[in-house]
Amino acid sequence: MTTDLETWGMDTAHGTRLPPTLRVLRYHFYTYMRTWRSSLTTSFLAPVLYLAAMGVGLGSLINKHVGTVDHVRYLSFVAPGLLAASAMQVAASDSMYPVMAAIKWIRTYYAMLATPLRVLDVLLGHFAWVTVRLVLTAVTYLGVMAAFGTVHSPLALLAVPVGVLTGLAFSGVISAFAATQENDQGFATISRMGLIPLFLLSGTFFPLTQLPGWMHPVAYATPLYHGVDLCRMLVLGRVDWISAMWDAVYLVGLSALGLLLARRLFAKRLVV
Amino acid sequence: MQSHSPSSLAAPAHESPTGEEPVVSARGLAKHFDELVAVDSVDFDIAKGESFGFLGPNGAGKTSTMRMIACMSPKSAGTLRVLGMDPDTDGPAIRARIGLVPQEDTLDLQLTVLDNLMIYGRYFDLPKKVIRERAQRLLEFAELGERAADTVEPLSGGMKRRLTIARALISEPDLLILDEPTTGLDPQARHLLWDRLYRLKRQGVTLVITTHYMDEAEQLCDRLVVMDKGRIAALGSPAELIEQYSTREVLELRFHGGEAPVERLEGIADRAEVLPDRVLLYSSDGDRALEEVRARGIDPLNSLVRRSTLEDVFLSLTGRTLVD
Ligand SMILES: Nc1ncnc2c1ncn2[C@@H]1O[C@H](COP(=O)(O)OP(=O)(O)O)[C@@H](O)[C@H]1O
Ligand SMILES: [Mg+2]
Repeated sequence: MTTDLETWGMDTAHGTRLPPTLRVLRYHFYTYMRTWRSSLTTSFLAPVLYLAAMGVGLGSLINKHVGTVDHVRYLSFVAPGLLAASAMQVAASDSMYPVMAAIKWIRTYYAMLATPLRVLDVLLGHFAWVTVRLVLTAVTYLGVMAAFGTVHSPLALLAVPVGVLTGLAFSGVISAFAATQENDQGFATISRMGLIPLFLLSGTFFPLTQLPGWMHPVAYATPLYHGVDLCRMLVLGRVDWISAMWDAVYLVGLSALGLLLARRLFAKRLVV
Repeated sequence: MQSHSPSSLAAPAHESPTGEEPVVSARGLAKHFDELVAVDSVDFDIAKGESFGFLGPNGAGKTSTMRMIACMSPKSAGTLRVLGMDPDTDGPAIRARIGLVPQEDTLDLQLTVLDNLMIYGRYFDLPKKVIRERAQRLLEFAELGERAADTVEPLSGGMKRRLTIARALISEPDLLILDEPTTGLDPQARHLLWDRLYRLKRQGVTLVITTHYMDEAEQLCDRLVVMDKGRIAALGSPAELIEQYSTREVLELRFHGGEAPVERLEGIADRAEVLPDRVLLYSSDGDRALEEVRARGIDPLNSLVRRSTLEDVFLSLTGRTLVD
């Protein structure tokens, strides 16, 4: 009894010293492990199907009638674009419903905030998890692309961090938006008005030059264009370092802006 | 008690070096939501090892007060000290030593009972081995030992509540905050929960409990405040409050068609409260009062003499009932 009294709460002081962000990340791993099987299948099947249908199916048609696109086979042209676009989709979906659930439905964030964790820890843990998901997505894509023979340069390895960056540019802003919402209706709007048009018009499936001139600046202003552009240059090994730098600056800048915005809006929502 | 009673749940018995510093101390503490004043300048001290209650109806400001103590919600005015620290600057350090049972459960319904404890313990940065040991003990304590591997979703309300309490104890906190621990539970589940809280109290854990059930407050609290509209109306032990704000006994009268002959009842008791469905006559001797009612030729539909409760205290302080 005496021993127990003296050690009550003591182990808290001798913790494992794991940074708070990683404690939150561990929560996400825990919940992911419940569903990883189904999730893993889809994350592997999606690139295979996309590349098979778009690249091989549509591609053979294009190659036959048009020849090359941007001086390469269509499959090689479209694959890096799909990598970036998938990063966007993974990041967006992980930053909409899961954030809403953690605020309103399961209220996980409130459980976390009753412990030594702070809002910033909760937020960084969320972004850390999105990053893990993005790395898995990009690596899977790159692996499948290699199997399809569409990787043309060792620089393609850099498409993984670029994919992550592309995703984070979306994740920050969308998470911030999710933290302001009372229900999930806004998410459908984001998908319809934002993600799907970007997916189709950011140079993923055809070069921007195919779009009317007035749309070029619009496309250029969107984050996905820069992710696609950068990925494609790296995977094809045809890097224009100046525009690569602008792409990177844009993506890093938007990610940072999203993080700051999310920090502000998470605090506003969770600490009242 | 039972063999599974976790003796190791007891709090440390040694005195704090400074002597008697309260575990929680509030002066002029307030919480505003824009225009709305949820907590309006309240003062209280909660001593170590004490079981302290906040009794009040919905909207009294209980949850807002708990959330400020738990360092989850910044105060709007006044001073607040928790465990000798300042919630504005030492939130994480204070929360490391607090267990919170929020009004609404925040369990992860799709995870298992054990995983809920494991994950929560990890937020406190406890080593896995330590959490596992404690979880086993706490699940026995919460009568959930058999359910460790089950998902939480299908558990009953009482089980979920007990799991939330077990979870709040995983860090072996110096202060356990329970916001309406038994609201919405059936009587049996409530009594089991009370029994567990009573054990914790006996083992010396400092408890802060909010409730709108007067029987819960009387059962569990050494001292309590009666809270209404963001203010503290009275503070004391249940017995003190009853003695100060009510009489020893109460005579309850119901009348045909609810029509009470209020004027004819005057002077029988120290005080009368006329409620929509009954009249309460406050008197040190309820039977004598009833004789007097009969002697005046008044014929109630039925009558009941009972001891005063905290409900009567609340009525006397605010003119309203606790649960409407
Ligand atoms: N986040 C909030 N925003 C605005 N008003 C709130 C918020 N939380 C509580 N209130 C209001 O503050 C008052 C006190 O609420 P609360 O502390 O929950 O009382 P209790 O727990 O005693 O029922 C109520 O009028 C409630 O509507
Ligand atoms: Mg409440």
